[in-house]
Amino acid sequence: MIKFLIKGVIRDRSRSLFPVLTVTAGVFLTVVGFSWINGVQSNWVELTAKYQTGHLRVMSRAYEEEAEQSPIDLAYIGVKQLRNNLSQDYPELTWTPRIKFGGLLDIPDENGETKVQGPCTGLAVDLFSKDSPEKNILNLQDSILRGKLPEKSGEILITEEFAQRLGISMGETATLISATMYGSMAFTNFTVTGTVRFGVTAMDRSTIIADISDVQNALNMENSAGEILGFFKDNLYDNEEAQEISAHFNSRYSDPDDEFSPFMGTLLDQSGTEDYMNMIDQFGSVIIFVFLGVMSIVLWNAGLMGNLRRYGEIGVRLAIGEDKGHLYRSLITESLIIGSIGSVLGTILGLALSYYLQAKGINIAFMMKGSTLMMSDTFRADVNAVSHYIGFIPGLAATFLGSLISGLGIYKRKTSQLMKELET
Amino acid sequence: MKIRKHLPIFSLILLLMTGLTAKAQTLSGNQILEKVDENYGSDNKIMVATMVIHGRRGTREVTSKTWVKGDDQSFTEYLAPAREKGTKMLKLEDQLWMYSPSTDRTIQISGHMLRQSVMGSDLSYEDMMEDPKLQNMYNAQVAGEESYMDRPCWVLELTSIKEDIAYHSRKIWVDKERFVALKEDRFAQGGKLLKTTEVKKVEKMDNRWVPTHAVFKDVLKAGEGTEFIVESMEFNAKIPDYIFTKAALRR
Repeated sequence: MIKFLIKGVIRDRSRSLFPVLTVTAGVFLTVVGFSWINGVQSNWVELTAKYQTGHLRVMSRAYEEEAEQSPIDLAYIGVKQLRNNLSQDYPELTWTPRIKFGGLLDIPDENGETKVQGPCTGLAVDLFSKDSPEKNILNLQDSILRGKLPEKSGEILITEEFAQRLGISMGETATLISATMYGSMAFTNFTVTGTVRFGVTAMDRSTIIADISDVQNALNMENSAGEILGFFKDNLYDNEEAQEISAHFNSRYSDPDDEFSPFMGTLLDQSGTEDYMNMIDQFGSVIIFVFLGVMSIVLWNAGLMGNLRRYGEIGVRLAIGEDKGHLYRSLITESLIIGSIGSVLGTILGLALSYYLQAKGINIAFMMKGSTLMMSDTFRADVNAVSHYIGFIPGLAATFLGSLISGLGIYKRKTSQLMKELET
Repeated sequence: MKIRKHLPIFSLILLLMTGLTAKAQTLSGNQILEKVDENYGSDNKIMVATMVIHGRRGTREVTSKTWVKGDDQSFTEYLAPAREKGTKMLKLEDQLWMYSPSTDRTIQISGHMLRQSVMGSDLSYEDMMEDPKLQNMYNAQVAGEESYMDRPCWVLELTSIKEDIAYHSRKIWVDKERFVALKEDRFAQGGKLLKTTEVKKVEKMDNRWVPTHAVFKDVLKAGEGTEFIVESMEFNAKIPDYIFTKAALRR
């Protein structure tokens, strides 16, 4: 019977073309939308981990409360010992200290007077240790646009956008004006050796990258750091394992009565990450639900129109003795065949565009000018296993629901009046 | 009838009371403020002071020597601790420069940097840039009388008469006899309390009363405040003019 129905669907295009096109369009949008949201979510999680929180982050309890402001006056003292403990206790992660700080970058003229200055955000990472993972995590080598990576103490990188705004050349001296861990004003001279571009507006605006030991000296932070970040060695975030490690660490090292005792948080615990993730998930569900709803209504309508058009055919089938239930089931099966064809076509087209968006992306830098979110300037889709079948859910469900409702009209036909109807 | 009989006595008492009140408040708020400014004012002075900063992580001491000329010129050199030693600050009218010996750079402090804390204390650069004469910035009203540290005081409410000012209003407790502000609350435009000052010790120097130990507290900042202790103060000292030049910062 299915073979018979398939033949009917293929041969009678007026019966199948519109529903197939509707399903194809809906499935196409669902697949692209899902892959797109998935891409935004993965990109945001990856960048947040890279630049902000790591997969796990250790800070003093006081720092953790105000972590959004990176308060270096509340930094953790005794970083070397703590990092050793972390490496021993949790060897499945790579641990690396960081200092985030704010200040002004002041460029002197030939007389040592201020030529130009601008507010900057600083990121101090371990640039020089052989076992430091930071160059890889931050992808520094590939991000260099001009000059070279710092090779010795006193050298820094600044973002290209910031360098252009300040009009600074490679090899020039820049004075960092900031505050020490104890609140005094701090002045430190650095040499700019290169410029970088991360492709993240929040980072590219006015960031400087310096070696952590230089910043510790500059900001009076001997053996201190704002945070120690932990990254899973396979670079894949495992929330369950992260939660376990965090709970274990906090029960062992953290003291709620001591605001300067260490505290470990996971990627999803911090900076409202989990809320954002839930929001994105809900947004994705809403899109799929809306497509499902709209498509069901459209297909219901298409079914009604089809039934009107096929009024005579259904009447003849009933007149020659076909059971109403059988007829109803055959219409539903037919709609599922149409749904499958539409879903396959929509998925193929959706995946094609999604793969293209995954490779090329769309540059939205113009929309990110004031953004502080760790979002890439280029949004890319992310095609995963789910992208390959997600479209079938609304594709089949909508056609099924549509014909389920529109097909009910069959039961309203009265056999006694069939001949009369057919005569007209 | 009884009232009418005793009316002359009531009138006399009323007259006496009115007279006494009038005597106690013969000085207006602005006149009191003028006397406070007069007490502090001097052609020039040299002061060595220590700030004891009670931060969230512990206590630090910062010692400095300041040369002041008139109302708008001052030069400060930090003497201790070792990390701050040699850092200098020059104020000329409404401009402030800072010199850092480690970078050999002189940098003008302006804009939002003026709101930064001075050496981690509860004082900001903006506080240091203020016109020392309150009467130039505020209109004063006597709000009442209270006793503070066993000293009878006028309570003055100051409202700014200038637009560009760090604190929109202040409340100060002025010693009636010595014309020294013993306590002060500073408020933002919306009425929010921003900073408090409490004088702990007042000493007579060069025939004037000088607060030599005060505690400043930035209400928005954690910690126990900053003690400001005057180690020595020399009024009308001879100060060479070159001190108040940018060149002096590098010397």
